[in-house]
Formats: sequence, C-alpha cells, structure tokens
Amino acid sequence: MPQHKDVDYLALAAKHRPPTPVWMNAVRAFGVGGTVCVIGQLVTDFFVAHGQPASKAASPTAVVMVGLGALFTGLGLYDRLVRSGGMGGSLPISGFANAMVAPAMEYRREGLVLGVGAKLFTVAGPVLAYGLGSAFVVGLVRLVVGS
Amino acid sequence: MITGLLVAFVVGGAMCVLAQLVVDVGHMTAAHVMVLFVVLGAVAGGLGWYAPLVKWAGAGATVPLPGFGYTMVEGISRATKTEGVLGLLTGGLTAAAGGIKAAVLFSLGAALVFNPRA
Repeated sequence: MPQHKDVDYLALAAKHRPPTPVWMNAVRAFGVGGTVCVIGQLVTDFFVAHGQPASKAASPTAVVMVGLGALFTGLGLYDRLVRSGGMGGSLPISGFANAMVAPAMEYRREGLVLGVGAKLFTVAGPVLAYGLGSAFVVGLVRLVVGS
Repeated sequence: MITGLLVAFVVGGAMCVLAQLVVDVGHMTAAHVMVLFVVLGAVAGGLGWYAPLVKWAGAGATVPLPGFGYTMVEGISRATKTEGVLGLLTGGLTAAAGGIKAAVLFSLGAALVFNPRA
C-alpha cells in the first residue's frame, strides 16, 4: 500500500499529467499495426506462392519481418513509426527487432559485450523469459489434462 | 488474396489497438505490454483459441507478438507428442528458433553496422 504522502503525490501527479489522446493513439495504432500485418501477409503469400505450405509459412515470415524491423531501425526509420503508431509499431514482431536494435545501437559506446551484447536483450530478454515460461506452464497443463 | 490482406489488416490492427489502450489507459510501458501480449498469446494458444484466429487472419495473427507465444505453445504440444516430457523443454524454442535466431543475428548486425541518430 502506498503511504499517505505517496497518495497525495500520485493525485497531484495525475492532475498535472498531460491528457493522453487515447482515441487518436488507438486510430494510429490500428493504421500502423494493420499496415505492418498486411506487409507480413504479402510476405506469407509470397512464401505460399513459392511452394511453402500455408501452415509452415509463419516462421519464414517472422524471419523476414524481423529482418525488416532491424534494417529500418538501423536506418532510423522504425523509431519514427513507433513514435507515430505506438503499439502499432511495437506489437508486431518487427517491433521486437526494433526493441533489440535500438538500445544495442545506443549503448555501443559501452562496449561490444556489456553495451551491444547485453542491451540487445533489454526488452527481448523479458519477452523471451516470460514467453517461454508461460508456454512451459501452458504446455505442462495441456500434457497433464490431455493424458 | 485481397480479402486475406483486409482480414490481416483488421485483426492485426485490432490487436495493436488493444495493446495501445493497455498502454494509455492502464499506464503501462510498451515493454510491459509486449511481455503481457506474448503471455496472452501462449494462454490463448493453450485454450485452443488462437489456432482458428491464425487460420482466419494469417499474418494478422502470426505477426503480432501474441503469435510468438502461440508458436511456442504449439511447438511444445508437437514436441511432447513425440518426445514426451522432454518436449516441454525443447518444443518452445524449437518452434520459435527461426524468429529468435533471426532477431539476434539481424539485430546484432544492425547494431554494429548502423550509427545511432538523435
């Protein structure tokens, strides 16, 4: 529980927080996120047209989208997409690559190991840790329930 | 094909709107929401809800991060069928290997090649 002073402070901070344009942000996230997914669908269609079964096209699509995300982050363009589209840029898997490249580039001056190597996983680390953790739990439940 | 693109746009966009609302209304950071949605994808996959969505919306469901959690769960189900309990440990990473390896490789490359700009 927050202490008395914290409650006062939080109320004060909430009063002075600039209003969030919730609707505008939602519309932008829809447009940007939808567009990224359409690009993903075009990539998927390309793989399917070239003999990949539809059920197996998701993996190479992820590879391409991650590559595009890393490339456009390097060029300084993906951060602009995230600034205007918010989660529309961050939620697609290309945004996962963006969350790896951006801090790694920024911290390069701190060295290749503790700068680039470590900062690659600032966001990717938690995503992988909790993704794999929850998938393990779900898989375990499925295994127990299924048998 | 046009219908497929339209469905991918609407479903993928809708997931991003949901994530944006969690950020704006729930006052969470993008990183927290990315973690949350991967976990939600894994749970939805386990409940059998996500597979039909993938079938219907294609990249609209596989490209957003919940698709990543779903992929891991599907991989574990597949692996436990052939390898038993060991599949719980091997299946998740095996299924997501392409995406993860690509992410590490491309990100490392991009971080080394490009210079940050303000």
